[in-house]
Amino acid sequence: MMRATAIRTASELVLEDERVAMVLAEISLTQAADALARAPLRVVNVGIMEQTAVGVAAGLALEGMHPIVHTITPFLVERPYEQLKVDFGYQRLGGSFISTGASYDYSTEGGTHHSPGDVHALLAIPGFEVLVPGHPAEVEQLLRATYANGRPTYLRTSVAANAEPRDVVPGRLEVVRRGARGTVVAVGPMLERALPAATELDLTVLYATSIEPFDAARLRLEAADHELVVAVEPFYEGTLARTLAEALAGRPARIGSIGVPRAFLSTYGTVAELDRDLGMDEAGVRQALVRWFAEPA
Amino acid sequence: MDMPTTRRLLALVVGDEKHSDSSRSTMVPLISLYADVLRHDPADPGWDGRDRFILSKGHGCAAFYAVLAASGYFPESWLAGFMTRGNPLGSHPDRTLVPGVEASTGSLGHGLPMAIGVALALRARGGGQRVFCLTGDAELNEGSNWEAIMLAPVLELANLTLLAIDNGSSSIPMAPWEERLGTFGWDVEVVPGQDRESLTRALAATPNGRPRVVVADAREQAAA
Repeated sequence: MMRATAIRTASELVLEDERVAMVLAEISLTQAADALARAPLRVVNVGIMEQTAVGVAAGLALEGMHPIVHTITPFLVERPYEQLKVDFGYQRLGGSFISTGASYDYSTEGGTHHSPGDVHALLAIPGFEVLVPGHPAEVEQLLRATYANGRPTYLRTSVAANAEPRDVVPGRLEVVRRGARGTVVAVGPMLERALPAATELDLTVLYATSIEPFDAARLRLEAADHELVVAVEPFYEGTLARTLAEALAGRPARIGSIGVPRAFLSTYGTVAELDRDLGMDEAGVRQALVRWFAEPA
Repeated sequence: MDMPTTRRLLALVVGDEKHSDSSRSTMVPLISLYADVLRHDPADPGWDGRDRFILSKGHGCAAFYAVLAASGYFPESWLAGFMTRGNPLGSHPDRTLVPGVEASTGSLGHGLPMAIGVALALRARGGGQRVFCLTGDAELNEGSNWEAIMLAPVLELANLTLLAIDNGSSSIPMAPWEERLGTFGWDVEVVPGQDRESLTRALAATPNGRPRVVVADAREQAAA
């Protein structure tokens, strides 16, 4: 599970590298108990104080440390958004921000705990890097690759995961398959929901775990022969639109999106039930891909 | 460093007739800090042994710039270009542009949480450096400060001192300071805001195991 892997990896980093600090806000204390006990000067639970959690992390970063902040998505991204923007973005400080509860993972908790707008919001902060792993092993790989990169870096963990990990690198798109009729950019845990239909439709499938920085050169190369590029994204639909438009600027392009509808949810149920209702499961993604690519390219 | 020098420098920043309340009430406490209390080296602003100072009240930067220039962090000639194109001195300080500025501020309520992080980092490294954070009384309306005010005593950050300038600008009553902050576990002392000797003594003191707040009472001066 991504959350457990993230906290385990962060705890390992605390013990391996004395410049690493962890700031928690009452969430995942059990998983972090070992780090809290073994490095009490560098692992701090600030309580339910999210503005202060991010501000404290910035203070640690001012002193050359690599802070890792973790809590539930809306309380990591939306509540302390100004601290992310000013304390980290504007001050050009580095830190890792690991969320738990992607989009509507807290499927019975209501809209207060949903955050499908997290990535859209963070992309509005210049210099903020955004990583969306699709497998626990990728969480570890990406966190280890970026925790000391000197830039504010968001790592989005989700309940949904692909069955198999891939060898992912920040800033790189992975080519999963090459097809003849168009291009799909599948983000993180959406890969295995998009792949069966994309294979049947003979589409090129590019796997994105790194949203910012984004591998524009690889997209241009792989999508050179077809105008239509469709993102299959685990957050609000259209989140990747600007990124794709920028990557494809100067050439004819049509850009599509399959993602979470931009509406508040006032229903409860399991994540799988909401996936089905919102067209985010494999069948829903298949239907949408067929709509986009049914016409001859 | 003395008042005539910094007054002359402040005049370079804002002009003779435009001393803002915020800059006036902040000047003497800043002189006390930079001339009497802080261990710092203007020739080496990144010296690790320095005490840290964060001006959370970023809009009080005119006096701050005057004191930094008087200390020798940057040339006096910068002051006359305050807020103009190509000059590093804006109406809120930017750490990436100005030597001696530890944190970029301007949005109220950001400095004290950052100061806690700095204090934690210094303690983790085992250094004896202290961290000072200056806020205004109205700035302390911001909820993020009250998170930090609750947190610092729990973390037993004896290396952290909050310098609150009370120039009576808060619409929400903040006094009595001793009760409001003391109840959270801070060591509180209120001193006359223009009395350099009292300020220096209060700022130099380091209580056992507790963060300290020094309130510079500048209400009379602000009303004058």
